[in-house]
Amino acid sequence: MFQIRVHGRGGQGVVTATEMLSVAAFEEGRHAQAFPSFGSERTGAPVVAFCRLDDKEIRLREPIMQPDALIIQDPTLLHQIDVFAGLKADGYVLLNSAHSFDQLGLGELVQRMGHARLAALPATELGIKHIGRPIPNVPLIAGFAALSGMFKLESVVKAINEKFSGKVAEGNIAAAAEAYELVKQQMKEAAHA
Amino acid sequence: MGYQTVKFYQTGTYTVGNRLLAPDERSVQAGERRSNSINSGHRACQGCGEALGARYAIDAAMAESNNQLIAVNATGCLEVFSTPYPESSWQVPWIHSLFGNAPAVATGVAAAMKVKGRSEVRVVAQGGDGGTTDIGFGCLSGMFERNDDVLYICYDNEAYMNTGVQRSSATPPTARTATTMPVGKEPGNVFGQGKNVPEIAMAHGIPYVATATVADLRDLEYKVRKAMKMRGARYIQIFVPCPLGWGAASHDTIKLARLAKETGMFPVFEAEHGEVTGVLKIRNKQPIEEYLKPQKRFAHLFGKHAHPEMVAHLQAIADRNIRKYGLLDEEKVNAQ
Amino acid sequence: MLKQMEGSKAVAEAVALCRPEVICAYPISPQTHIVEALGEMVKSGELQPCEFINVESEFAAMSVAIGSSAAGARSYTATASQGLLFMVEAVYNASGLGLPIVMTVANRAIGAPINIWNDHSDSISQRDSGWMQLFAETNQEAVDLHIQAFKLAEELSMPVMVCMDGFILTHAFERVDIPTQEQVDAFLPPYEPRQVLDPTDPISIGAMVGPEAFMEVRYLAHAKQLQALELIPQYAAEFKEKFGRDSGGLVRTYRTEDAETIIVAMGSVLGTIKDVVDDMRAQGHKIGVLGIISFRPFPMQQAREALQHCKRFVVVEKNLAVGLGGVLYTTLRMAVAGLKLTGYTAIAGLGGRPIPKSSLHKLFLDAEQGALEPVTFVDLDWDVVNRQLEREKQNRHSGPIAENILHAKGMSSSAKFG
Repeated sequence: MFQIRVHGRGGQGVVTATEMLSVAAFEEGRHAQAFPSFGSERTGAPVVAFCRLDDKEIRLREPIMQPDALIIQDPTLLHQIDVFAGLKADGYVLLNSAHSFDQLGLGELVQRMGHARLAALPATELGIKHIGRPIPNVPLIAGFAALSGMFKLESVVKAINEKFSGKVAEGNIAAAAEAYELVKQQMKEAAHA
Repeated sequence: MGYQTVKFYQTGTYTVGNRLLAPDERSVQAGERRSNSINSGHRACQGCGEALGARYAIDAAMAESNNQLIAVNATGCLEVFSTPYPESSWQVPWIHSLFGNAPAVATGVAAAMKVKGRSEVRVVAQGGDGGTTDIGFGCLSGMFERNDDVLYICYDNEAYMNTGVQRSSATPPTARTATTMPVGKEPGNVFGQGKNVPEIAMAHGIPYVATATVADLRDLEYKVRKAMKMRGARYIQIFVPCPLGWGAASHDTIKLARLAKETGMFPVFEAEHGEVTGVLKIRNKQPIEEYLKPQKRFAHLFGKHAHPEMVAHLQAIADRNIRKYGLLDEEKVNAQ
Repeated sequence: MLKQMEGSKAVAEAVALCRPEVICAYPISPQTHIVEALGEMVKSGELQPCEFINVESEFAAMSVAIGSSAAGARSYTATASQGLLFMVEAVYNASGLGLPIVMTVANRAIGAPINIWNDHSDSISQRDSGWMQLFAETNQEAVDLHIQAFKLAEELSMPVMVCMDGFILTHAFERVDIPTQEQVDAFLPPYEPRQVLDPTDPISIGAMVGPEAFMEVRYLAHAKQLQALELIPQYAAEFKEKFGRDSGGLVRTYRTEDAETIIVAMGSVLGTIKDVVDDMRAQGHKIGVLGIISFRPFPMQQAREALQHCKRFVVVEKNLAVGLGGVLYTTLRMAVAGLKLTGYTAIAGLGGRPIPKSSLHKLFLDAEQGALEPVTFVDLDWDVVNRQLEREKQNRHSGPIAENILHAKGMSSSAKFG
């Protein structure tokens, strides 16, 4: 089983992100379970959502306490809550930021985990550029596909098309494609570093 | 049948003599083809105003709907006296669910008829003043607000009679009930409380709101038939004296209903989409005492420890109704 | 058709496939997404003929369903938590009148303190309301139970609650097989009421019934639920034949063949329990699971048969019978009367407290070793509880409990991370 935890704030599409991750996995024939950390709906409040992937039926209903991967949609959360709690030693971290991990004061994390499984993506900027709204979730999903190799970009595109239509879908697909490439590029650079 | 001005009255009663009218102008209740929706044999008290009002109202609704009517009943006197298990007085399909949900149950019945394409079947919901103005008020307002296709009839006898005469939000000031006893400095029900549901119904902007009394049965039939010609939420509040709860003689039911109207205590009017479109004028204005004195629930206002100031306050309420609804013709107002 | 979708959406699609004619609902978390989706289907014309009524309260929701059901329309509503409690008078009335309404209960705790998260307190509070109660383990089962529920309700002319864990199921995106309209139509015939308000044949429904007949009327409600004990397995078998899936039934056992310890539970926590049981089986423990699907009627005989060869059973319950323990446990005690069985109540997950595998693992090991109290509160913070008890002992004006506990919790978490 592979477990992903997404941190963000109300209004950033955190829950939608995990739902789309699960749809992308479903498109590839896998079992997936996405669920939010339930609470009142308030814009700006810290939100956590979860996604489990497996090749067999997923029966487990506990929250994800030892994630294999973290997607952090809002870097301001780094100072507010322990987003890294329980992260497995060989886990993945995808961070929404135009800055590097080092610039964000996460040098220790890079030291500990290495570059290969960490990536920072200017997902909010990509959202503004392609969709006209500062919603980072879709670029992050595509970026995560690139970082982890868990999904193909086509599956992310399928998930986008299931959720959105028309111009919004087109914009999201463009954002996803660029995010995917940006992370791939980072991976290559990390491999050569 | 439209509303008609008939100039002759039977001596002393103001009741239109049906025998003097052409058959098609007679009241539903005078006709041979009345449906007897609430059949004889029920357990209402002698002189029950509610039984009379319900009989006229439901038969009129049956006539207007071509006998395609379903009735919903809130818990209360009407429900209890009409359906002592295993008997039922109802000759119409009838359902009783709870005290406070008759408007919502009626909404459900109307929705079922709509979805089944049986829009010819009409729905009437009915309850007493407690079931309407108090415990059922949330459901009533919801039904009004959604403009559901229901005629709701409130039989207003100004207290909870079925449970032993307790105060409701329709109980008038000073009235004695089991929970507003005539003791202390302010005997009876207090001034400054209560709920005017016809006006609240009008505030919902529903197609039709009317009041009526069992003293003017042709007016009552006319209003029910008019309401049944319309679709959407409609409300009629019928003033029904209760001999038991009011401490009145059972033969005074009609008289008290007439006095409530003739004193201005119970304004009789109709309104469409929130605007008053007609009032039943006072024919022979009476002082409030005439209405109060035959009722034991007001007995503490008179006699040895009389409360003339309370009587005056009640008169002021009646006078305000008269001004507000224009219950007196101009010449009568000027003549005063 | 296999879909990856939210539980609520899946239930809405299942309900729509059952061709409901009147849907009335009031918004309350976590039921809301179900009726939102149905409302959209009605408004778009996808689901017709159907009347969707936005009522002013849950009391009105159930009352509208009473009216529409009595007038012969297939009627559906959904609720949760405070909403269910707000409609209670009408809930009892619907079953008392014998109206086959189907209602989803998206299970959630009951306040105060106000809490919107999952447990089973709401449904359990209505265990004696005369409604049948079926608990779904997965979203697939929630979908399937709704289809079976309409058939069961209408055959018996009695209402059914389909209970599914709020948020944990309603808000979970997972794989669900949505049946086709043809499949559902072949399983669920049109509603043919046993009693109906109709001007062509006037009847009175809801008359006052005195001491001379009330007990007989009540017994018949009981008799209907006894009939349901026969019908529920029958419908589950027919469902399997037509849809190719095991869904519903009275109880479901898992790895109980030679089990010395059997864990009993209802709803989605069964999934987590099965994972723990698999782990423990791999380590050589003789442990199995009994899932209760039908809580009303309660399958006494089937529960007894499932438990009769074990040595002990642990009931993991998401409810608390305050002053007693667990509701399911006390019911099971009646089922296993006369058998020499050790039983434990484990109250878990109240108000959405996560029920992690690790806690269950420890609980089950303790049960095996006879180290459990008769009533155990899983993952209860005793430190915080004892501090409040001490505060009350020391100070007459000890203040509101919930606020004190929150304060203590805040102190302890800041101590941990600060």
